[in-house]
Amino acid sequence: MKGLLHNRSTLPGALLTVVFAGAALISLFWVPYDTTVLNIADRMKLPSLAHPFGTDQFGRDILSMLMVGARTSIAVALVAVGIGMLAGVPLGLAAAARKGSLPDEIIMRTNDLVFAFPSLLIAVMITAVFGASALNAIIAIGIFNIPVFARLTRGAALTLWSREYVMAARVAGKGAARISLEHILPNVTNLLIVQGTIQFSLGILAEAGLSYVGLGAQPPTASWGRMLADSQTMISLAPHLAIFPGMAILLTVLGLNLLGDGLRDLLDPKLRRART
Amino acid sequence: MRFKFVRSGLVSVLALAASIGIAEAKSDVVVAMQLEPPHLDPTSAAAGAIDSVLYSNVFEGLTRFGPDGTVNPGLAESWTISEDGKSYTFKLNEGVKFHDGTDMTAEDVKFSLDRARADDSANAQKALFAGIDTVEAVDPLTVKVTLKEANSNFLFNMAWGDAVIVAPETIADIKTNPVGTGAFKFSDWVQGDKIELERNPDYWGTPAKLDNVTFKFISDPTAAFASVMAEDVNAFVGFPAPENLPQFEADPRFQVLVGSTEGETILAMNNKLPPLDNPLVRSAIAHAINRQAIIDGAMFGYGTPIGTHFAPHNPDYVDLTGMSQYDPELAKKLLAEAGFADGFETTLKLPPPSYARRGGEIIASQLRAIGIETEITNLEWAQWLEQVFKGKDYGLTIVSHTEPMDIGIYARPDYYFQYDNPDFQALFADITSENDPQKRSALLKQAQEKIAGDHVNAYLFQLAFPTVADARIKGLWKNQPTQATDLTGVSWED
Repeated sequence: MKGLLHNRSTLPGALLTVVFAGAALISLFWVPYDTTVLNIADRMKLPSLAHPFGTDQFGRDILSMLMVGARTSIAVALVAVGIGMLAGVPLGLAAAARKGSLPDEIIMRTNDLVFAFPSLLIAVMITAVFGASALNAIIAIGIFNIPVFARLTRGAALTLWSREYVMAARVAGKGAARISLEHILPNVTNLLIVQGTIQFSLGILAEAGLSYVGLGAQPPTASWGRMLADSQTMISLAPHLAIFPGMAILLTVLGLNLLGDGLRDLLDPKLRRART
Repeated sequence: MRFKFVRSGLVSVLALAASIGIAEAKSDVVVAMQLEPPHLDPTSAAAGAIDSVLYSNVFEGLTRFGPDGTVNPGLAESWTISEDGKSYTFKLNEGVKFHDGTDMTAEDVKFSLDRARADDSANAQKALFAGIDTVEAVDPLTVKVTLKEANSNFLFNMAWGDAVIVAPETIADIKTNPVGTGAFKFSDWVQGDKIELERNPDYWGTPAKLDNVTFKFISDPTAAFASVMAEDVNAFVGFPAPENLPQFEADPRFQVLVGSTEGETILAMNNKLPPLDNPLVRSAIAHAINRQAIIDGAMFGYGTPIGTHFAPHNPDYVDLTGMSQYDPELAKKLLAEAGFADGFETTLKLPPPSYARRGGEIIASQLRAIGIETEITNLEWAQWLEQVFKGKDYGLTIVSHTEPMDIGIYARPDYYFQYDNPDFQALFADITSENDPQKRSALLKQAQEKIAGDHVNAYLFQLAFPTVADARIKGLWKNQPTQATDLTGVSWED
């Protein structure tokens, strides 16, 4: 914990992340105003005490919209990273355990294939075929997280497989699956956490991008990307409609990246050794 | 050497200045609109974008709509109607030539009308021609049309873009190379970008003042705003972002015309899909809707509330908004009476225009207030035509019906909202055959009341038609009596 605070970028990153995660959590129980009720008479009001960030083109409170939007973003990104880890890590471990074998080739070449496609393009295709919804956005973003985690896990696991303690475990008669779970996985967890943070911020960006083109969460579910898209023709009329969701996306992604950097410095054994 | 260089530089500057001076006397115009036509044959598609480019500019009919919606002589210079109202004898203008140089004769008129009403015709408005019994070419300049029964709407019907006169020789390529009789000739189509027209030097009537016309297609509202602001386009007809209009009005470079259209914007309901087949449920939905909130929220105040499927500027219009006034308490009561006290769920499918997308969010919120949950799906136009218009796979949808005098769609049981009512069908048959203007007007009012009383759809507002143009352009249509961008009278101010 001490090391975490020593790093200059970690603290602001963690603070930003906590603020947005907190806003999303609170929105589960309470928001200042109901975001599904429109109040046309109160539309496009500038920030005031009643509405700290003003109201949007339908008279909804922008702060409430941002809180609910944070929930949408976090939910989509979290589940997408979860899909990537749950599928990618076992694939990576299996590929490393059977290095050079046919399954290894199949897994890694399939990963290359998925990697070769521009992710947003495939996400657009998936949502165009199966319909635009938050769930399809999650699946689309999740699929693209699988090769990221599979590659990372395989690469890290391969170096571990040549370590003496792994050799010892093999000599002692442990099977590949047990070694992967008991000796390899715990030693790649640090890397996975760091990568997970980065993928999480990319997931938030991807969700905002999909919503912006109308393929993410559908109304009335609030979403930062759609708030931006809806307000872009009004930017000369009521700039705060676009500024606040834009800032929310920027700060959240910035916070997660700073946090990810700090975590890497802290968790990477090489960097840790260099510091002491 | 140096001196010489300076002098030649001076000469080129002078030449440049001269060329700018010449360019000032403008005879070209770039007009932008949102939708691109799928092809260029107005006689075989419902897409209004085709008429928006070609009507009156390239193709003309026997009669034509004026800017105020009146029916004026077109290719027919005059006509006589028989005593019983069943036969129309059109006298065609002399010297009318198609753009390929061939003469337009009575045979072409016969060909066009027979083609439109044939069994295998792809015409989107076959009802316009359904009453025609025979078409005869009496002599090259005289056409006699005999109707099965008297139809007071016949001259009006012949003014539609679907009833323009085409030539048999050029019909095969009409979708990519339209050959008409209008004041402009088709010259080029860059798909996804623009259509270019040029002046027809051999036009039979008053020639156009512009030499070249370019129609640009810009569907994105933000890009539309930027293109007008940067003066990349000289005019934008049907400007898609009403929120930007005050800004243009305040700018002396531009003129803003907000005209009326034939666009009844409705919340269409699938009359055959339970529970929307129950008139009480439809009535509840109609009473749950606050029209003014939709006009303000979706159209920034541009639009006139309507209570039935009829244009408010029509002399026969009756204001029936009172039959579906905003009353959420009454709506809840009606829902309970229909057996849906706890509400129900349905789909709300929205095409791209902002009136639909924004209006949809507002309507969803208003329906939620009385317990009806809607699942919103945003569709592109092609998907909307496929799923909603043809497939009838929807609960609710929002769309603007821009055809003039289209109350007759309620007499078509297979139309997408599937209103099948024999009383209305009989009423509409009476309207079609009634020749006495006063009786006809009374029947039209009765028809408006009938559909408003049955709450076939929820009637929202009459779509406004905003045009933003360079302040120096004259002669643009303000209103949209039919879908058209008639540029034959447009010119630049000196």
